Amino acid sequence: MKKQITISVNGEKHSLEVEPRELLVHIIRERLRLTGTHIGCDTTSCGACTILLNGKSVKSCTVLAIQADGKEVSTVEGMATAEGLHPLQEGFKENHGLHCGFCTPGMLMRAKELLEHNPNPTEEEIRWGISGNLCRCTGYNNIVKAIQYASAKMQGRETPSTEPEFV
Amino acid sequence: MIPAPFDYAAPGTLEEAFSLLEQHGDEAKILAGGHSLIPMMKLRFASPEFLIDINNIPGLSYIKEEDGYLKIGALTREAELETSKIVHTKYPIFLDATKLIADPQVRNMGTIGGNIAHGDAANDHPAVMMAMRAEVVISSAEGQRVVPIDEFFYGFYMTAVQPNEILTEIRIPVPGPGTGSAYHKLERKVGDYATAGVAVQLTLDKDGVCTYAGIGLTNVNPTPMRAARSEEVLAGHKLDEERIGLAGQYASEDCNPSSDLRGDEDYKRAVVKVLTKRMINKAIERAKGIVTS
Repeated sequence: MKKQITISVNGEKHSLEVEPRELLVHIIRERLRLTGTHIGCDTTSCGACTILLNGKSVKSCTVLAIQADGKEVSTVEGMATAEGLHPLQEGFKENHGLHCGFCTPGMLMRAKELLEHNPNPTEEEIRWGISGNLCRCTGYNNIVKAIQYASAKMQGRETPSTEPEFV
Repeated sequence: MIPAPFDYAAPGTLEEAFSLLEQHGDEAKILAGGHSLIPMMKLRFASPEFLIDINNIPGLSYIKEEDGYLKIGALTREAELETSKIVHTKYPIFLDATKLIADPQVRNMGTIGGNIAHGDAANDHPAVMMAMRAEVVISSAEGQRVVPIDEFFYGFYMTAVQPNEILTEIRIPVPGPGTGSAYHKLERKVGDYATAGVAVQLTLDKDGVCTYAGIGLTNVNPTPMRAARSEEVLAGHKLDEERIGLAGQYASEDCNPSSDLRGDEDYKRAVVKVLTKRMINKAIERAKGIVTS
Protein backbone atom coordinates (compact mmCIF):
# COMPACT_ATOMS: atom_id res chain seq x y z
CA MET A 1 0.00 0.00 0.00
CA LYS A 2 3.05 2.29 0.13
CA LYS A 3 3.02 5.23 -2.23
CA GLN A 4 5.80 7.34 -3.61
CA ILE A 5 5.55 11.05 -2.85
CA THR A 6 7.76 14.02 -3.61
CA ILE A 7 7.71 17.00 -1.30
CA SER A 8 9.84 20.09 -1.19
CA VAL A 9 10.78 20.98 2.37
CA ASN A 10 12.39 24.37 2.93
CA GLY A 11 13.33 24.37 -0.72
CA GLU A 12 14.88 20.89 -0.74
CA LYS A 13 13.18 18.09 -2.68
CA HIS A 14 12.58 14.75 -0.99
CA SER A 15 11.24 11.55 -2.54
CA LEU A 16 9.72 9.26 0.06
CA GLU A 17 7.72 6.07 0.28
CA VAL A 18 4.82 6.57 2.66
CA GLU A 19 1.82 4.67 3.88
CA PRO A 20 -1.32 6.71 3.16
CA ARG A 21 -2.09 6.83 6.88
CA GLU A 22 1.19 8.49 7.82
CA LEU A 23 0.75 12.05 9.04
CA LEU A 24 2.78 14.90 7.62
CA VAL A 25 4.17 15.84 11.04
CA HIS A 26 5.58 12.32 11.49
CA ILE A 27 7.33 12.46 8.13
CA ILE A 28 8.79 15.86 8.92
CA ARG A 29 10.04 14.82 12.34
CA GLU A 30 10.94 11.19 12.01
CA ARG A 31 11.91 10.70 8.38
CA LEU A 32 13.43 14.08 7.60
CA ARG A 33 14.61 14.58 11.21
CA LEU A 34 13.36 18.16 11.27
CA THR A 35 12.32 18.13 14.90
CA GLY A 36 11.61 21.85 15.21
CA THR A 37 7.99 21.10 14.35
CA HIS A 38 6.42 19.80 17.55
CA ILE A 39 3.55 17.47 18.33
CA GLY A 40 1.57 18.89 21.22
CA CYS A 41 -2.07 17.92 21.53
CA ASP A 42 -2.19 15.75 18.38
CA THR A 43 -5.85 16.82 18.02
CA THR A 44 -5.71 20.00 15.87
CA SER A 45 -6.02 22.27 18.90
CA CYS A 46 -2.65 23.54 20.10
CA GLY A 47 -0.89 24.62 16.90
CA ALA A 48 2.60 23.41 17.91
CA CYS A 49 2.77 21.40 14.67
CA THR A 50 1.94 24.39 12.44
CA ILE A 51 3.88 24.43 9.17
CA LEU A 52 3.28 26.16 5.86
CA LEU A 53 1.87 24.04 3.05
CA ASN A 54 2.17 25.92 -0.23
CA GLY A 55 2.47 29.06 1.89
CA LYS A 56 -0.61 28.46 4.03
CA SER A 57 -0.36 27.68 7.71
CA VAL A 58 -1.81 24.29 8.56
CA LYS A 59 -1.63 21.91 11.49
CA SER A 60 0.55 19.07 10.24
CA CYS A 61 -0.89 16.58 12.76
CA THR A 62 -4.11 16.71 10.76
CA VAL A 63 -2.69 16.49 7.24
CA LEU A 64 -1.67 13.21 5.65
CA ALA A 65 1.84 13.18 4.26
CA ILE A 66 0.42 11.94 0.98
CA GLN A 67 -1.72 15.10 0.76
CA ALA A 68 1.53 17.08 0.58
CA ASP A 69 2.65 15.20 -2.54
CA GLY A 70 3.98 17.71 -5.06
CA LYS A 71 3.63 20.58 -2.61
CA GLU A 72 5.99 22.91 -0.79
CA VAL A 73 6.43 22.58 2.95
CA SER A 74 8.08 25.25 5.09
CA THR A 75 9.14 24.53 8.65
CA VAL A 76 10.82 26.61 11.34
CA GLU A 77 14.21 25.25 10.22
CA GLY A 78 13.82 27.22 7.00
CA MET A 79 13.30 30.61 8.67
CA ALA A 80 16.80 31.77 9.51
CA THR A 81 19.23 32.41 6.67
CA ALA A 82 23.00 32.82 6.43
CA GLU A 83 22.40 36.51 7.11
CA GLY A 84 20.81 35.78 10.46
CA LEU A 85 17.50 35.25 12.18
CA HIS A 86 14.15 35.98 10.55
CA PRO A 87 12.64 39.22 11.97
CA LEU A 88 10.01 37.11 13.73
CA GLN A 89 12.66 34.98 15.42
CA GLU A 90 14.51 38.14 16.37
CA GLY A 91 11.28 39.61 17.74
CA PHE A 92 10.64 36.56 19.91
CA LYS A 93 14.23 36.71 21.17
CA GLU A 94 14.18 40.43 21.90
CA ASN A 95 10.74 40.46 23.52
CA HIS A 96 10.92 37.31 25.63
CA GLY A 97 8.25 35.80 23.37
CA LEU A 98 9.03 32.34 24.70
CA HIS A 99 9.72 30.66 27.98
CA CYS A 100 9.77 26.88 27.49
CA GLY A 101 9.74 27.24 23.70
CA PHE A 102 7.45 24.34 22.91
CA CYS A 103 4.82 26.43 21.12
CA THR A 104 7.35 28.74 19.46
CA PRO A 105 7.92 26.97 16.11
CA GLY A 106 4.17 26.83 15.52
CA MET A 107 3.74 30.46 16.62
CA LEU A 108 6.50 31.53 14.23
CA MET A 109 5.05 29.70 11.25
CA ARG A 110 1.55 30.98 11.94
CA ALA A 111 2.83 34.55 12.43
CA LYS A 112 4.79 34.26 9.17
CA GLU A 113 1.65 33.67 7.14
CA LEU A 114 -0.25 36.31 9.15
CA LEU A 115 2.33 39.01 8.29
CA GLU A 116 2.41 37.95 4.65
CA HIS A 117 -1.35 38.57 4.38
CA ASN A 118 -1.45 41.53 6.73
CA PRO A 119 1.93 43.26 7.10
CA ASN A 120 0.62 45.80 9.64
CA PRO A 121 -1.80 43.94 11.86
CA THR A 122 -3.48 45.60 14.83
CA GLU A 123 -3.03 44.02 18.24
CA GLU A 124 -6.50 42.52 17.94
CA GLU A 125 -5.70 41.08 14.52
CA ILE A 126 -2.53 39.52 15.90
CA ARG A 127 -4.37 37.98 18.84
CA TRP A 128 -7.10 36.71 16.52
CA GLY A 129 -4.45 35.51 14.07
CA ILE A 130 -2.70 33.32 16.64
CA SER A 131 -5.94 32.06 18.20
CA GLY A 132 -5.16 28.56 16.95
CA ASN A 133 -1.85 28.43 18.82
CA LEU A 134 -1.70 27.75 22.53
CA CYS A 135 1.08 29.00 24.82
CA ARG A 136 0.99 27.99 28.46
CA CYS A 137 3.94 30.10 29.59
CA THR A 138 3.91 33.66 28.35
CA GLY A 139 0.31 34.81 28.68
CA TYR A 140 0.69 35.85 25.03
CA ASN A 141 1.53 39.52 25.69
CA ASN A 142 5.18 39.15 24.77
CA ILE A 143 4.30 37.00 21.77
CA VAL A 144 2.07 39.80 20.50
CA LYS A 145 4.92 42.26 21.07
CA ALA A 146 7.31 39.96 19.23
CA ILE A 147 5.03 39.91 16.20
CA GLN A 148 4.61 43.69 16.37
CA TYR A 149 8.41 43.98 16.46
CA ALA A 150 8.72 41.79 13.35
CA SER A 151 5.99 43.70 11.57
CA ALA A 152 7.79 46.99 12.22
CA LYS A 153 11.17 45.60 11.20
CA MET A 154 9.86 44.02 7.99
CA GLN A 155 8.16 47.29 7.06
CA GLY A 156 11.30 49.29 7.73
CA ARG A 157 9.67 51.08 10.67
CA GLU A 158 11.33 51.72 13.99
CA THR A 159 10.97 48.64 16.17
CA PRO A 160 9.00 49.15 19.37
CA SER A 161 10.60 49.01 22.80
CA THR A 162 11.59 45.53 23.86
CA GLU A 163 11.01 46.03 27.55
CA PRO A 164 9.46 42.74 28.59
CA GLU A 165 6.03 42.87 30.12
CA PHE A 166 5.60 41.12 33.44
CA VAL A 167 2.02 40.63 34.51
CA MET B 1 -2.16 8.89 16.91
CA ILE B 2 -2.14 7.31 13.48
CA PRO B 3 -5.25 6.21 11.59
CA ALA B 4 -5.91 2.56 10.81
CA PRO B 5 -4.52 1.47 7.42
CA PHE B 6 -6.39 2.53 4.33
CA ASP B 7 -5.74 2.90 0.64
CA TYR B 8 -5.76 6.28 -1.06
CA ALA B 9 -6.29 7.86 -4.45
CA ALA B 10 -6.38 11.48 -5.58
CA PRO B 11 -8.30 11.50 -8.87
CA GLY B 12 -7.99 14.46 -11.21
CA THR B 13 -11.60 14.45 -12.41
CA LEU B 14 -15.05 13.94 -10.91
CA GLU B 15 -15.62 11.05 -13.34
CA GLU B 16 -12.62 9.17 -11.93
CA ALA B 17 -13.87 9.90 -8.41
CA PHE B 18 -17.30 8.49 -9.28
CA SER B 19 -15.77 5.33 -10.69
CA LEU B 20 -13.68 4.88 -7.52
CA LEU B 21 -16.87 5.33 -5.47
CA GLU B 22 -18.55 2.75 -7.67
CA GLN B 23 -15.67 0.35 -7.02
CA HIS B 24 -15.40 0.82 -3.25
CA GLY B 25 -18.98 1.63 -2.27
CA ASP B 26 -19.53 2.64 1.32
CA GLU B 27 -16.01 1.48 2.27
CA ALA B 28 -14.78 4.70 0.70
CA LYS B 29 -14.87 8.21 2.15
CA ILE B 30 -14.35 11.49 0.37
CA LEU B 31 -11.42 13.54 1.68
CA ALA B 32 -11.92 17.30 1.26
CA GLY B 33 -10.32 19.50 3.95
CA GLY B 34 -10.04 16.44 6.16
CA HIS B 35 -10.35 18.40 9.38
CA SER B 36 -13.34 16.42 10.61
CA LEU B 37 -12.48 13.10 8.96
CA ILE B 38 -8.78 12.81 9.83
CA PRO B 39 -9.30 13.52 13.57
CA MET B 40 -12.06 10.91 13.59
CA MET B 41 -9.77 8.42 11.85
CA LYS B 42 -6.96 9.14 14.31
CA LEU B 43 -9.32 8.48 17.21
CA ARG B 44 -10.62 5.37 15.35
CA PHE B 45 -14.16 6.69 15.34
CA ALA B 46 -13.92 6.17 11.60
CA SER B 47 -11.89 3.54 9.74
CA PRO B 48 -12.66 3.86 6.03
CA GLU B 49 -10.79 1.39 3.84
CA PHE B 50 -10.35 3.84 1.03
CA LEU B 51 -9.95 7.61 0.88
CA ILE B 52 -10.79 9.48 -2.29
CA ASP B 53 -8.99 12.81 -2.07
CA ILE B 54 -10.91 15.31 -4.22
CA ASN B 55 -8.46 18.18 -3.73
CA ASN B 56 -6.84 17.63 -7.14
CA ILE B 57 -10.15 17.98 -8.98
CA PRO B 58 -10.28 21.42 -10.58
CA GLY B 59 -13.41 23.56 -10.69
CA LEU B 60 -14.85 22.80 -7.25
CA SER B 61 -13.70 25.97 -5.53
CA TYR B 62 -15.57 29.23 -6.23
CA ILE B 63 -17.88 31.86 -4.74
CA LYS B 64 -20.03 33.56 -7.37
CA GLU B 65 -23.49 34.96 -8.03
CA GLU B 66 -25.11 33.35 -11.05
CA ASP B 67 -28.69 32.69 -12.20
CA GLY B 68 -30.18 34.20 -9.05
CA TYR B 69 -28.03 32.14 -6.70
CA LEU B 70 -24.91 32.64 -4.65
CA LYS B 71 -23.01 29.50 -5.64
CA ILE B 72 -20.30 28.12 -3.42
CA GLY B 73 -18.13 25.29 -4.74
CA ALA B 74 -17.82 22.38 -2.31
CA LEU B 75 -14.03 22.68 -2.05
CA THR B 76 -14.09 26.39 -1.16
CA ARG B 77 -12.06 26.83 2.02
CA GLU B 78 -13.39 28.66 5.05
CA ALA B 79 -10.49 31.11 4.67
CA GLU B 80 -11.69 31.95 1.15
CA LEU B 81 -15.12 32.92 2.49
CA GLU B 82 -13.39 35.18 5.02
CA THR B 83 -11.57 37.10 2.30
CA SER B 84 -14.23 37.03 -0.43
CA LYS B 85 -15.31 40.49 -1.63
CA ILE B 86 -18.87 39.44 -2.37
CA VAL B 87 -19.20 37.91 1.09
CA HIS B 88 -17.92 41.11 2.70
CA THR B 89 -20.32 43.32 0.79
CA LYS B 90 -23.46 41.19 0.61
CA TYR B 91 -23.34 38.16 2.92
CA PRO B 92 -21.96 39.25 6.30
CA ILE B 93 -23.57 36.21 7.95
CA PHE B 94 -20.73 34.11 6.53
CA LEU B 95 -18.18 36.37 8.17
CA ASP B 96 -20.06 35.98 11.46
CA ALA B 97 -19.87 32.21 11.04
CA THR B 98 -16.43 31.58 9.56
CA LYS B 99 -14.54 33.63 12.11
CA LEU B 100 -16.08 31.41 14.79
CA ILE B 101 -15.18 28.17 13.03
CA ALA B 102 -12.14 26.54 14.61
CA ASP B 103 -9.01 28.66 14.07
CA PRO B 104 -7.04 30.19 11.17
CA GLN B 105 -5.01 27.07 10.37
CA VAL B 106 -8.11 24.88 10.31
CA ARG B 107 -9.91 27.43 8.14
CA ASN B 108 -7.05 27.22 5.63
CA MET B 109 -7.93 23.56 5.10
CA GLY B 110 -11.59 23.11 6.06
CA THR B 111 -14.13 23.34 3.24
CA ILE B 112 -17.71 24.58 3.12
CA GLY B 113 -18.82 21.38 1.38
CA GLY B 114 -17.18 19.24 4.02
CA ASN B 115 -18.69 21.26 6.85
CA ILE B 116 -22.13 20.40 5.47
CA ALA B 117 -21.50 16.89 4.11
CA HIS B 118 -20.13 15.78 7.48
CA GLY B 119 -23.72 15.92 8.75
CA ASP B 120 -22.78 17.13 12.21
CA ALA B 121 -25.34 19.31 14.01
CA ALA B 122 -22.42 20.92 15.85
CA ASN B 123 -21.03 22.40 12.64
CA ASP B 124 -21.93 26.01 11.91
CA HIS B 125 -22.72 26.19 8.20
CA PRO B 126 -25.79 23.93 8.33
CA ALA B 127 -27.75 26.41 10.50
CA VAL B 128 -26.61 29.31 8.30
CA MET B 129 -27.72 27.43 5.19
CA MET B 130 -31.08 26.70 6.81
CA ALA B 131 -31.63 30.37 7.57
CA MET B 132 -30.85 31.17 3.92
CA ARG B 133 -32.83 28.20 2.56
CA ALA B 134 -29.88 26.90 0.59
CA GLU B 135 -29.96 24.02 -1.85
CA VAL B 136 -27.30 21.34 -2.04
CA VAL B 137 -26.06 20.09 -5.41
CA ILE B 138 -25.16 16.41 -5.27
CA SER B 139 -23.35 14.83 -8.24
CA SER B 140 -22.84 11.26 -9.38
CA ALA B 141 -22.02 9.38 -12.58
CA GLU B 142 -25.75 9.65 -13.40
CA GLY B 143 -25.74 13.45 -13.23
CA GLN B 144 -26.76 16.09 -10.70
CA ARG B 145 -29.63 16.43 -8.28
CA VAL B 146 -30.54 19.37 -6.11
CA VAL B 147 -31.71 18.81 -2.55
CA PRO B 148 -33.25 21.55 -0.38
CA ILE B 149 -31.31 21.98 2.85
CA ASP B 150 -34.37 20.88 4.86
CA GLU B 151 -34.23 17.46 3.21
CA PHE B 152 -30.45 17.10 3.45
CA PHE B 153 -29.76 16.05 7.04
CA TYR B 154 -31.07 12.56 7.83
CA GLY B 155 -29.56 11.96 11.26
CA PHE B 156 -26.35 11.88 13.22
CA TYR B 157 -23.59 12.06 10.54
CA MET B 158 -26.15 10.93 7.97
CA THR B 159 -27.09 13.05 4.98
CA ALA B 160 -28.82 12.77 1.63
CA VAL B 161 -25.45 12.08 -0.05
CA GLN B 162 -25.43 8.43 -1.12
CA PRO B 163 -22.31 6.22 -1.31
CA ASN B 164 -21.98 6.80 -5.08
CA GLU B 165 -22.39 10.59 -4.81
CA ILE B 166 -20.35 13.69 -4.02
CA LEU B 167 -21.60 17.03 -2.72
CA THR B 168 -20.33 19.52 -5.31
CA GLU B 169 -22.04 22.86 -4.68
CA ILE B 170 -24.19 24.84 -2.28
CA ARG B 171 -26.64 27.32 -3.79
CA ILE B 172 -28.23 30.15 -1.88
CA PRO B 173 -31.08 32.12 -3.44
CA VAL B 174 -29.82 35.71 -3.78
CA PRO B 175 -31.89 37.59 -1.20
CA GLY B 176 -33.97 40.59 -2.24
CA PRO B 177 -33.49 44.17 -1.09
CA GLY B 178 -34.18 44.83 2.58
CA THR B 179 -32.52 41.58 3.67
CA GLY B 180 -30.32 41.23 6.71
CA SER B 181 -28.74 38.17 8.25
CA ALA B 182 -26.61 37.31 11.25
CA TYR B 183 -25.07 34.35 13.04
CA HIS B 184 -23.56 33.86 16.45
CA LYS B 185 -22.59 30.92 18.54
CA LEU B 186 -21.67 30.81 22.17
CA GLU B 187 -18.40 28.93 22.56
CA ARG B 188 -16.33 28.20 25.64
CA LYS B 189 -13.07 29.07 23.90
CA VAL B 190 -11.71 29.69 20.40
CA GLY B 191 -12.16 26.66 18.23
CA ASP B 192 -14.84 25.01 20.31
CA TYR B 193 -18.08 23.67 18.94
CA ALA B 194 -21.13 25.74 19.78
CA THR B 195 -22.79 25.52 23.17
CA ALA B 196 -25.62 26.81 21.01
CA GLY B 197 -25.69 28.83 17.81
CA VAL B 198 -28.40 30.76 15.96
CA ALA B 199 -28.53 31.91 12.33
CA VAL B 200 -31.17 34.39 11.20
CA GLN B 201 -32.07 35.85 7.81
CA LEU B 202 -34.90 38.36 7.47
CA THR B 203 -36.31 40.43 4.62
CA LEU B 204 -38.28 43.57 5.46
CA ASP B 205 -40.44 45.46 2.96
CA LYS B 206 -40.56 49.27 2.84
CA ASP B 207 -43.28 49.34 5.50
CA GLY B 208 -41.16 47.25 7.83
CA VAL B 209 -43.23 44.09 7.35
CA CYS B 210 -41.17 40.91 7.48
CA THR B 211 -41.62 39.11 4.16
CA TYR B 212 -39.06 36.36 4.78
CA ALA B 213 -37.80 34.73 7.95
CA GLY B 214 -35.23 31.97 8.14
CA ILE B 215 -33.86 30.71 11.47
CA GLY B 216 -31.42 27.81 11.88
CA LEU B 217 -30.04 26.40 15.13
CA THR B 218 -26.61 24.86 15.77
CA ASN B 219 -25.88 21.98 18.15
CA VAL B 220 -29.16 21.93 20.05
CA ASN B 221 -30.78 19.03 18.21
CA PRO B 222 -29.56 15.67 16.83
CA THR B 223 -29.60 17.29 13.38
CA PRO B 224 -29.23 20.91 12.29
CA MET B 225 -32.62 22.41 13.04
CA ARG B 226 -35.03 24.95 11.59
CA ALA B 227 -36.88 26.99 14.21
CA ALA B 228 -40.13 26.81 12.23
CA ARG B 229 -42.48 28.25 14.85
CA SER B 230 -40.12 31.19 15.38
CA GLU B 231 -40.11 31.89 11.64
CA GLU B 232 -43.92 31.76 11.54
CA VAL B 233 -44.31 34.30 14.31
CA LEU B 234 -42.14 36.75 12.34
CA ALA B 235 -43.10 36.25 8.68
CA GLY B 236 -45.94 38.47 7.48
CA HIS B 237 -45.76 40.82 10.45
CA LYS B 238 -44.15 44.02 11.63
CA LEU B 239 -41.46 43.00 14.05
CA ASP B 240 -41.99 44.40 17.51
CA GLU B 241 -40.42 43.39 20.78
CA GLU B 242 -43.25 41.01 21.60
CA ARG B 243 -42.92 39.03 18.37
CA ILE B 244 -39.15 38.91 18.65
CA GLY B 245 -39.52 37.71 22.23
CA LEU B 246 -41.94 35.01 21.13
CA ALA B 247 -39.56 33.87 18.40
CA GLY B 248 -36.84 33.44 21.00
CA GLN B 249 -39.23 31.65 23.32
CA TYR B 250 -40.42 29.22 20.63
CA ALA B 251 -36.87 28.41 19.50
CA SER B 252 -35.88 27.61 23.07
CA GLU B 253 -38.94 25.39 23.51
CA ASP B 254 -38.67 23.56 20.19
CA CYS B 255 -34.97 22.66 20.23
CA ASN B 256 -33.73 19.43 21.80
CA PRO B 257 -30.37 20.10 23.43
CA SER B 258 -28.60 17.45 25.44
CA SER B 259 -26.78 18.14 28.69
CA ASP B 260 -23.03 17.83 28.34
CA LEU B 261 -19.79 19.54 29.37
CA ARG B 262 -20.89 22.68 27.53
CA GLY B 263 -23.94 23.10 29.72
CA ASP B 264 -27.12 21.45 30.85
CA GLU B 265 -30.33 21.40 28.88
CA ASP B 266 -31.98 24.36 30.61
CA TYR B 267 -28.90 26.51 30.18
CA LYS B 268 -28.72 25.73 26.47
CA ARG B 269 -32.41 26.55 26.01
CA ALA B 270 -31.80 29.88 27.73
CA VAL B 271 -28.84 30.53 25.40
CA VAL B 272 -30.99 29.74 22.35
CA LYS B 273 -33.65 32.18 23.56
CA VAL B 274 -31.19 35.02 24.07
CA LEU B 275 -29.21 34.40 20.88
CA THR B 276 -32.35 34.12 18.75
CA LYS B 277 -33.54 37.51 19.92
CA ARG B 278 -30.11 39.07 19.48
CA MET B 279 -29.63 37.67 15.98
CA ILE B 280 -33.11 38.82 14.92
CA ASN B 281 -32.28 42.33 16.12
CA LYS B 282 -28.90 42.25 14.39
CA ALA B 283 -30.49 41.00 11.15
CA ILE B 284 -33.07 43.82 11.36
CA GLU B 285 -30.29 46.40 11.80
CA ARG B 286 -28.45 45.01 8.80
CA ALA B 287 -31.65 44.87 6.74
CA LYS B 288 -32.15 48.56 7.49
CA GLY B 289 -28.57 49.28 6.47
CA ILE B 290 -27.39 50.02 9.97
CA VAL B 291 -23.78 48.90 9.98
CA THR B 292 -22.95 46.42 12.69
CA SER B 293 -19.68 44.64 13.08
